Amino acid sequence: MDNWKDNRNVFWTLATPGTFWLFVFFILPLGFLFVMSFSDKAIIDGQISITEYDYLTGVTNYFRSVEPLYLQIMWKSIWVSALATALCLLTAYPIAFGICFAPDRWKPLLLLLVVLPFWINLLIRTYALIAVFRTQGYLNLTLGVAGLGPYEMLYNNFAVIFGLVYVYMPFMVLPLYATIERLDKSFLEASLDLGATQFTTFLKVTVPLTMPGIITGIILVFIPCLGSFLTPDLLGGANAIMIGNVIERQFKAANDWPFGAALSFMLMYATLAALMLRAFLASRSKGVDV
Amino acid sequence: MTEPIVSIRGVSKKFPGGIIAVDNVHVDIAQNEFFALLGPSGCGKTTLLRMISGLETPTEGQIMIGGEDMALTPPNKRPTNMVFQSYAVFPHMTVEDNVAYGLRVTGVAADETTRRTAEALEMVKLSHLAKRKPDQMSGGQRQRVALARALVKRPKVLLLDEPLSALDAKLRDDMRMELTRLQETVGITFIIVTHDQDEALSMASRIAVMDKGAVQQIATPSELYEQPTTRFVADFIGKVNLIDAKVLSTTAKAITCEAKGLGKMSVPTNKSCGDTVAIAVRPEKLKLSVSKPADAKLLAIAGKVRDVAYYGDTSHVVVSASDGLDLQINVQNDTRTGGSGVERGQKIWVSWAPDDSIVLTE
Repeated sequence: MDNWKDNRNVFWTLATPGTFWLFVFFILPLGFLFVMSFSDKAIIDGQISITEYDYLTGVTNYFRSVEPLYLQIMWKSIWVSALATALCLLTAYPIAFGICFAPDRWKPLLLLLVVLPFWINLLIRTYALIAVFRTQGYLNLTLGVAGLGPYEMLYNNFAVIFGLVYVYMPFMVLPLYATIERLDKSFLEASLDLGATQFTTFLKVTVPLTMPGIITGIILVFIPCLGSFLTPDLLGGANAIMIGNVIERQFKAANDWPFGAALSFMLMYATLAALMLRAFLASRSKGVDV
Repeated sequence: MTEPIVSIRGVSKKFPGGIIAVDNVHVDIAQNEFFALLGPSGCGKTTLLRMISGLETPTEGQIMIGGEDMALTPPNKRPTNMVFQSYAVFPHMTVEDNVAYGLRVTGVAADETTRRTAEALEMVKLSHLAKRKPDQMSGGQRQRVALARALVKRPKVLLLDEPLSALDAKLRDDMRMELTRLQETVGITFIIVTHDQDEALSMASRIAVMDKGAVQQIATPSELYEQPTTRFVADFIGKVNLIDAKVLSTTAKAITCEAKGLGKMSVPTNKSCGDTVAIAVRPEKLKLSVSKPADAKLLAIAGKVRDVAYYGDTSHVVVSASDGLDLQINVQNDTRTGGSGVERGQKIWVSWAPDDSIVLTE
């Protein structure tokens, strides 16, 4: 690759549209929200205004966002997301492994099956899950034939976690597939040849060497899980509210943009902290480039 | 031969799609041998090696190691270890951890692991790099890690898959001697897979030449070179002049034949021949002379020098004789000024002793 300085015109031509897009539709609104998080709704004639704001009044919104009620929801969102990510990893790894070791002519079809759900709108897919899990849903009907149930399966944390795993699974499978596919199979053969069992080989060779894919998958699943609001809203209802729902309500129902902005940034800080922790661990391990 | 350490009995490997990679191979390999599987790429030699290691399963036949049938023994339970063509040195472990890996996963005690790892690193002269990661090492060093990692397990048989192919020429020569030295020191049976005849001839005590999945000949290096049994072997090992001949009459000790470009001639052989044979003569057995050699026992043929290629220590001369027969002759450049002593287009006689002709029936 040439140094960009040698081809300045090409560089700027290629870089400008994207930069412009990111700046106008991402950085600017984000900056606006950042300012908003330090602001308050204006008080005009003793009344809280619906549309006007007093800008940069202080950090009261942040104080509010660390009140136990919100911290609790934040904490719950983190562990729900973590659990969903872990389940994604546990189910996606065998799938990715299976695709890699499938005959070559099957691979495109299997990969297509993994991404096929993307062809259908998320909302429709989530309603489909409701149809499966509701009290008179397909799952309970099937269980009923076996003389079981009906069970209450919707509107709890289980339903939310299941929904998140279902929605974000492809984001875990694809990076895992990419790294496992690149993995030189002779490493696995060497391990077996040196006397390791299949299980030891998996733990000591396969997992460490596919760590880049695992980390990428975790990031790609955990972050959107943490900010998700549609899935918990539809599958969790009032019982399984996540931080995304709280933020959504501040911007819409509660019409409290400053507080919503503060909560959004708290969520972003949590995400950044997780990414920094990852970078720190990666720099310490030094071995495989993650 | 005493009880063979590895005994391959009628082993075949058919891959799905009908490809026969290994076809009914019988080989016995003795304790302490340096055995080479030699052949062109795709001849099935690597598949055979992988079947010995257990990484492939034979579709037919039996593999015995140390007198035990290995059919149901997975690779991790076999007394064999392999040095992979790509070395397969684990990139996420230090050199030390790589070498210790095979001991740790099989539950060897920690202090013994430390001691044996240090010994193995000492043996391949890598003690000073024990803490390095493989990506900070050269190809030759990585290969020595792979060797140490396999030898530390004290296998009955060490399997080497094209161990020298990824090294540059100078390093290859060093490593060739190092492997021979190691084999003598550790006293383990080595089975090496190679497509390089020089490698096999210079290192191995015995060689199996393979072609299209089948073993063509198993013999010592000098036997292979001087007494090849098939055209393929004669042609694959070293250079050779192959001359088609029609058999006219046979006795117990010789045949009389009508050879292409040579006319009627008698060649000593004790083989039973069919109607046609090939006469093989190595280029260095042929002599050039300006006039017809006086010795009537020599086979002699007149021709014209078509090409002379200078290689420093030798010159390769191609002589066109009658009937479209081309002969290759290697001439030693044993004086500084003489060179090959012939020029392109020159008329010349080529002669050799009848005993230097090999009769090939297949």
